[in-house]
Amino acid sequence: MSRVLAFLTRRRGGKGWHWTDIVTWAWLVGGLIVMFGPALWLVFSSFKTPAALAEFPPTLLPVATQTVMVEGYDKPLELYRATTDDGETRTLAQIRRVGIIAQMVDPRDPGTVYKININDRVPVRSVDFATENYVEPMEKNDFTLYLRNSVFVTAIATIITLLTNSMAAFALSKYSFRGRDAVMLLIVATLMVPLPVLLVPLYSVVSTVGLFDTLWGVILPTVATPTGVFLLRQYMLTIPDELIDAARMDHASEWQIYWRIILPLAAPALAVLAIFSVVWRWNDFLWPLVVLSSKENYTLQVGLNTYAGELNVQWHFILAMTVVTMIPVVLVFTFLQRYITSGIAGSGLK
Amino acid sequence: MSSGNATSSRIGAAFAAPVTLAASLLNVPLKAWQKLTGNNGMAAFFLAPNMAIFGVFVLVPLVMNFVYSMTSGSGIFLGDRNFVGTGQYARLLECPNYLNPRGCREDLFWTAVHNTVLFVVLQVAFMTVVSMITALILNRRIPARGFWRAVFFFPVLLSPVVVGLIWRWILQRQGLLNFVLFETGFEPVDWLLDRDWAFAATIAVSVWAHMGFYTLILLAGLQAIPKDLYEAAEMDGTRPARVFWRITLPLLTPNLLVVIVLSLIRAVQIFDEAYVLTGGGPGTSTLYLTQYIYEVGFASLLRNPGLAAAASILMGAVLAGLTLIQLQMGRRGERKGKR
Repeated sequence: MSRVLAFLTRRRGGKGWHWTDIVTWAWLVGGLIVMFGPALWLVFSSFKTPAALAEFPPTLLPVATQTVMVEGYDKPLELYRATTDDGETRTLAQIRRVGIIAQMVDPRDPGTVYKININDRVPVRSVDFATENYVEPMEKNDFTLYLRNSVFVTAIATIITLLTNSMAAFALSKYSFRGRDAVMLLIVATLMVPLPVLLVPLYSVVSTVGLFDTLWGVILPTVATPTGVFLLRQYMLTIPDELIDAARMDHASEWQIYWRIILPLAAPALAVLAIFSVVWRWNDFLWPLVVLSSKENYTLQVGLNTYAGELNVQWHFILAMTVVTMIPVVLVFTFLQRYITSGIAGSGLK
Repeated sequence: MSSGNATSSRIGAAFAAPVTLAASLLNVPLKAWQKLTGNNGMAAFFLAPNMAIFGVFVLVPLVMNFVYSMTSGSGIFLGDRNFVGTGQYARLLECPNYLNPRGCREDLFWTAVHNTVLFVVLQVAFMTVVSMITALILNRRIPARGFWRAVFFFPVLLSPVVVGLIWRWILQRQGLLNFVLFETGFEPVDWLLDRDWAFAATIAVSVWAHMGFYTLILLAGLQAIPKDLYEAAEMDGTRPARVFWRITLPLLTPNLLVVIVLSLIRAVQIFDEAYVLTGGGPGTSTLYLTQYIYEVGFASLLRNPGLAAAASILMGAVLAGLTLIQLQMGRRGERKGKR
């Protein structure tokens, strides 16, 4: 500890703590709590039973009142530490509660019934992860379906994005043809028209081509991203033309040049675009919300929103499914953060 | 380690084999096409898939949007609609006093405009200040800088629905925030049921979700400032505040402008997080433009795609102006970089 302290206070040429150091650390620690806290709270809450979720004040860890099966009773009974009339403290199971009097039995001796004031007993509680929050919506509700739809949309959209964008970028960076600048300008210009602006006519186009309420209707409008073409083109411009000339000398076809030379060399940029595409498509909400109408086609985001919008919000399921929705993105973040930060710092991609 | 790599590369090869085969099969017809049309024909081939998708799903809708905005009716196909010229725009813009949305003909539209403008101004200001402070702090000599950067960046990748739900859970009446208030002796607040608090919540939550992105841009700018300037300032014994105002801020201005314009563009389009968090309510206190377009176009019973299209074109005009500014700044930055 003292070495840590020494490490921290070593700064500023041994002059000790400057006020800016205090501000820095207050900001960092505050940031840690505000940025990570909510997500952690979500994860902890997602393992709580509905009863534990309704508790105020809430506990951090998911705790539940222990239950026990007693002979002669169909349902598991809740366990309490109770003080009986003779002043002894026993562990009793509650049969029923009438007003402020609880009727309780000793699980080992179910014959005698004790009547106990509810103020004289405390529930026996232990940390208990309610994994049924995760299992039930997957089994009973359509969440497995939503999950599958989301994976399908994300995977297919990313593959098509990489293929079509890299082909277009290759044409725009390595060929000189009439109208190239016009095409480039057109692509850059559409950076100006985000989805909300195209919502109504896009819906009509997608309906006309028969893709309304299909997963392909979710995928296709998103794949011709101008950002992707732009990013890949900028990268391919740095690949020397001499390589292509050499390949042509060796009678490689243009397709082979694209497939065997350009694509492998553009791998770093492709990786960045792939990561972003996965995150974008996984997180898409407004467009799937508009284009998908039947429940079996919902993606996770739309499904989650629908469940959360119901009159009787089942928070225990919603919290668990929110965690499931978060997992892929957290994995991407943990392992591929370097690519993402370089992508943003390099090109303002988002 | 090496065996793991070998396995994963074998799996990779198994996946790659059919792809490679398909690619080499494609080579035969493509070579013929190349002979027929020359290299320009190949350029057309490489452009075709992207431009086809782009044309159908971006350009056609873009043109159609103008047509839509000049029609009325509830049908979604153009054939079912009546041409009304600028009627929808006139309807949207008909208002005796633009500062009082309730008196306007399309009161919801003007409420959404008012909310969006207020949201944009406050959110962008708040966002810029918070990410600026964070970037300055992350740029100091602190241990484990990568970790701290990750802390602030992490919510950027979360889906808006997840962000909305996380905060709905925390801000509800019996949520974590009220518990903290209760413990510290304050009165609990119904965050999402009070008009002003709900509005503030959408701002705070969207800043929470996106500040990491802008922090990163500013951090890149800070790290590009030459170190010798600071060394010279230190030699002269300049006070830190003066260093900030005279060196850091002027040299960071390009990045700061990018951050402001980018966050403006995004804030105008605010929808997902706010919609999941508050659903536009209570009342219409957090109804923003995109949600208005969505509801008028699709969700409400009296849907009016023409009106939604007209509203979206007005919004698009604002966004196009902002994007032009951004591109202009980007070009200027590029020129500077070359020099």
